[in-house]
Amino acid sequence: MPKKSFISKGDYRDSVFLMRVNQECQKLDGVKACAVMMGTDANKDIAKDAWLYTDELANAGPNDIFIVIDAIDEAKCEAALAKAKDLLNEVERGETAEEMSYRTLRTAIENEPDSNLVLISTPGEYAFTEALTALNNDKNVMIFSSDVPIDDELKLKQLGSKKGLLVMGPDCGTAIINGIGLGFSNIVKRGPIGIVGAAGTGIQEVTSLLDDIGISQAIGTGSHDLSEKIGGITMIDGIRMLGEDQETKVLVVISKPPSPTVTGKILEYLRKVGKPAVVNFIGGNVNDEGNIIGALTLEDAAKKALAIVTGAQPSATIFSKPREELEALITQETKRLSDKQKYVRGLFSGGTLCAEAQVLFRNMNRPVRSNVPLEKGLLIQASARGIGDTFIDMGTEEFVRGIPHPMIDFRFRNERIIRESQEDDVAVILLDVVLGLGANINPAGELADAVAKARVNGKSVIASVCGTERDPQSLHLQVSALEKLGVIILPSNAQAARLAALVASRGGVWGYLK
Amino acid sequence: MTTKLFKQDIKVINVGLASFYEDLKYQRARVTKVDWRPPAGGNLKLVQLLSKAESEEVANANKIAVKKIVTSSPKLIDIKKARDVIGVLRGNMTLLHSGPPIEWERMSGPTKGGVIGAAIFEGWASDAGQAEELAKSGQIRFETCHDNSAVGPMAGIISPSMSVYVVKNEESGNIAFSNLNEGVGRVLRYGAYDEEVQTRLKFMEDVLAPLLKAALIITGPLDLKNIMAQSLQMGDELHTRNVASSLLLLKELGPSMVNTDFSKSDISASINFIVKNQLFFLNIAMAAGKSIMDAASGIRASSVITALTRNGTDFGVRVSALKDKWFTAPAPIPKTLFFPGYKEEDANPDIGDSAIMETNGFGAFASAASPAVVQVVGGDVKEALRNTIKMSEICLIKDKSFPIPQNNFEGIPRAIDLRRIIETGTAPIINTGVANKKPGMGTVGFGILDAPMGAFIRAFEEYASTL
Repeated sequence: MPKKSFISKGDYRDSVFLMRVNQECQKLDGVKACAVMMGTDANKDIAKDAWLYTDELANAGPNDIFIVIDAIDEAKCEAALAKAKDLLNEVERGETAEEMSYRTLRTAIENEPDSNLVLISTPGEYAFTEALTALNNDKNVMIFSSDVPIDDELKLKQLGSKKGLLVMGPDCGTAIINGIGLGFSNIVKRGPIGIVGAAGTGIQEVTSLLDDIGISQAIGTGSHDLSEKIGGITMIDGIRMLGEDQETKVLVVISKPPSPTVTGKILEYLRKVGKPAVVNFIGGNVNDEGNIIGALTLEDAAKKALAIVTGAQPSATIFSKPREELEALITQETKRLSDKQKYVRGLFSGGTLCAEAQVLFRNMNRPVRSNVPLEKGLLIQASARGIGDTFIDMGTEEFVRGIPHPMIDFRFRNERIIRESQEDDVAVILLDVVLGLGANINPAGELADAVAKARVNGKSVIASVCGTERDPQSLHLQVSALEKLGVIILPSNAQAARLAALVASRGGVWGYLK
Repeated sequence: MTTKLFKQDIKVINVGLASFYEDLKYQRARVTKVDWRPPAGGNLKLVQLLSKAESEEVANANKIAVKKIVTSSPKLIDIKKARDVIGVLRGNMTLLHSGPPIEWERMSGPTKGGVIGAAIFEGWASDAGQAEELAKSGQIRFETCHDNSAVGPMAGIISPSMSVYVVKNEESGNIAFSNLNEGVGRVLRYGAYDEEVQTRLKFMEDVLAPLLKAALIITGPLDLKNIMAQSLQMGDELHTRNVASSLLLLKELGPSMVNTDFSKSDISASINFIVKNQLFFLNIAMAAGKSIMDAASGIRASSVITALTRNGTDFGVRVSALKDKWFTAPAPIPKTLFFPGYKEEDANPDIGDSAIMETNGFGAFASAASPAVVQVVGGDVKEALRNTIKMSEICLIKDKSFPIPQNNFEGIPRAIDLRRIIETGTAPIINTGVANKKPGMGTVGFGILDAPMGAFIRAFEEYASTL
């Protein structure tokens, strides 16, 4: 039986390293047994006990490394010995640098005491405990998790407010703090406009439209903050914080219409702060008064805030392009339609964008059925066949059970686009495409097949893209990719909704747009 | 409402979706991730018990336990014959063993080997056959070290005529014992019992122990906390690596040894024995650890773990509030790096009282101080740091008395909280020697393992029922 040995004179490795080399050698092809050790008497005895002694080992002293290989044949023995020498000379190197992570928030806080914001996206039932830990340790929180009981939300917000900490959420999808996007958010330049919003895609739309001038902060409150029970605790704290913030020159407040009591409270705090404040209660009118300026759409809110900063007169925007250009576009799209095609089917990934589009349609005397309707009478099941103008918010509970949000996963929306495009009376498929952090990395690519089918089926496809150049997807790349597919892209959700109504009505709703 | 947040750089802790963490990285924001999982693995019964255990009463009880632990002051005061200090060894043919209680039939190979070796050493039997007969027939009685203020590494066999270190916790006044370390390889504590083992034990009793005792009288009581803290800074984790501590011990006792009346050859043989054994200090550290944990035991409502130990068959756990009650689960086989000539199937399940070191925040808990040890299982410096941080997740404090330079002089994680083990599903990690499963053989390698969760779950259920 061949046994070979090698002695590396005056060479030292620690015992653990040698044992690892030994273990590696043990695994080599044809090796029956091996020993890689420092040549101390004790180690040589171990080699003897293991029948791994060779006469050569007599020459090994305590400052030499010996290798003994016992293998099934000469060649294997030689190969293993060579490999053992290589292993011996290999630089000790650990596994690839994996980043440190902690098992609990408690330990993370202990080890990173200078952290100042905790972003929580656990299942709802656990979010309260985690948020409480954060607040008790004087950290601001953003709670992305939904399904947190309203009583728990109240406790968290009261505690946060008392301690001077921000409690964004529960059910807060979007925020930008000190230029860093959290959750589903866009990468927006820093500037003079501060935003507080109870509506995730609403904040995304406004901040993206303000990318030229930039924003100071975008504070998300979560969807229940303006309920009677919570009374707008986060929104009011946010307004105060932006009021005190030197960087913030103009405030923008975005929300679905709160109850009259809460509305009153918010307007009161805005008046107290005194800085110009543009308010968009989607579907709820706010009159201009003192420092408060009302805005009908998210785009208006952005444009009016911009106008105030630049010293221009704040005014509403209907379309960015001149009417002649739009007329041409409408003619081009309507040419493809049969007389039967009269309706718009809106398939939205952003809840606020869906609501805003419904408000605009209502204002054009086109009441819209929806799974999240403006009034009860217009309710339609999410999965039901559309009737007339129907807008579906695809981010609701029934769509996201077990699969990611439609901003990430397009399968339900694509199925629905194809289904709607097979309906005879549908003229326009209206879409929102939301870019940014958290969103799909290539929405245009995801939509390509479904949009092509809709076009083949004779539908007009109109969309807006919410995002910025610095978003991971890059705004202009997504816009041009979608335009290549034949999608008409408008610069805002509001403009896209208006154009959809114009195409479906063959220009009939122009009268409402002034 | 202040706006302090807007004037600081934002630094986020992400709890939940990994993609949010990645997005923050993408923006080059400072961010830390929490690898979040549902508490207690989503087990609702345990979650309910946990919320019951998150009380003021428990917090206060744990504060007392923590105080006991950090203020403990273990001193090596003497070396004595076991029979003179451990009551149960005065009777007929009684042996102490490591881990929770176990009868002869269920003992693992190394424990049986240790029993045989001790029976021969005491002159109760002249060979292995006779010794086995005595054990089988019940003539040798077995007691655990832990129940008798003692701890012993591996098989942990302590017999009446063996010498033991006497360590006094000067703060609380209690005493703890451990035997003297024989070195590695074919030794009694790994279940070897042949002539070589007997000769060594005899030398230890006739020469080494009396000499150390005499030297200790000259030097005076040794402050063990001091030696342990120093050696931690010198790369020991004080369980599987005791290189620095053993040398520091020799530094304290060596000069006195030379000044005793012992012969030059006895002194020389003893010093040689100590310097060749890189684990020599381990048993002293263990006795110190035992004296500390006994002081923290029996505090009503305290969820602090006071013993982690194994007898080669069962893994045993004690919790302060339930004092001397054992909770057990089968002892796992460690992930082992084998000495040449040994393989997976040679390894015995985990064994020994030496996990008293982990119970005290040393060993695997202090991995960051001793990256050489994590290398055993292919880990690196980062892994060592990770292990220490991971263990801090189940501990109540970081003890500044024992700072780890490699972890920015953070203290070792101490006072293991049973509630945190249950909440995080993180079991204590233990560094350990690994014995050959056959009696009479010895060491096969060393390794690392996670303590079995079953023992902690049982302990927690009973603990919570007392609240």
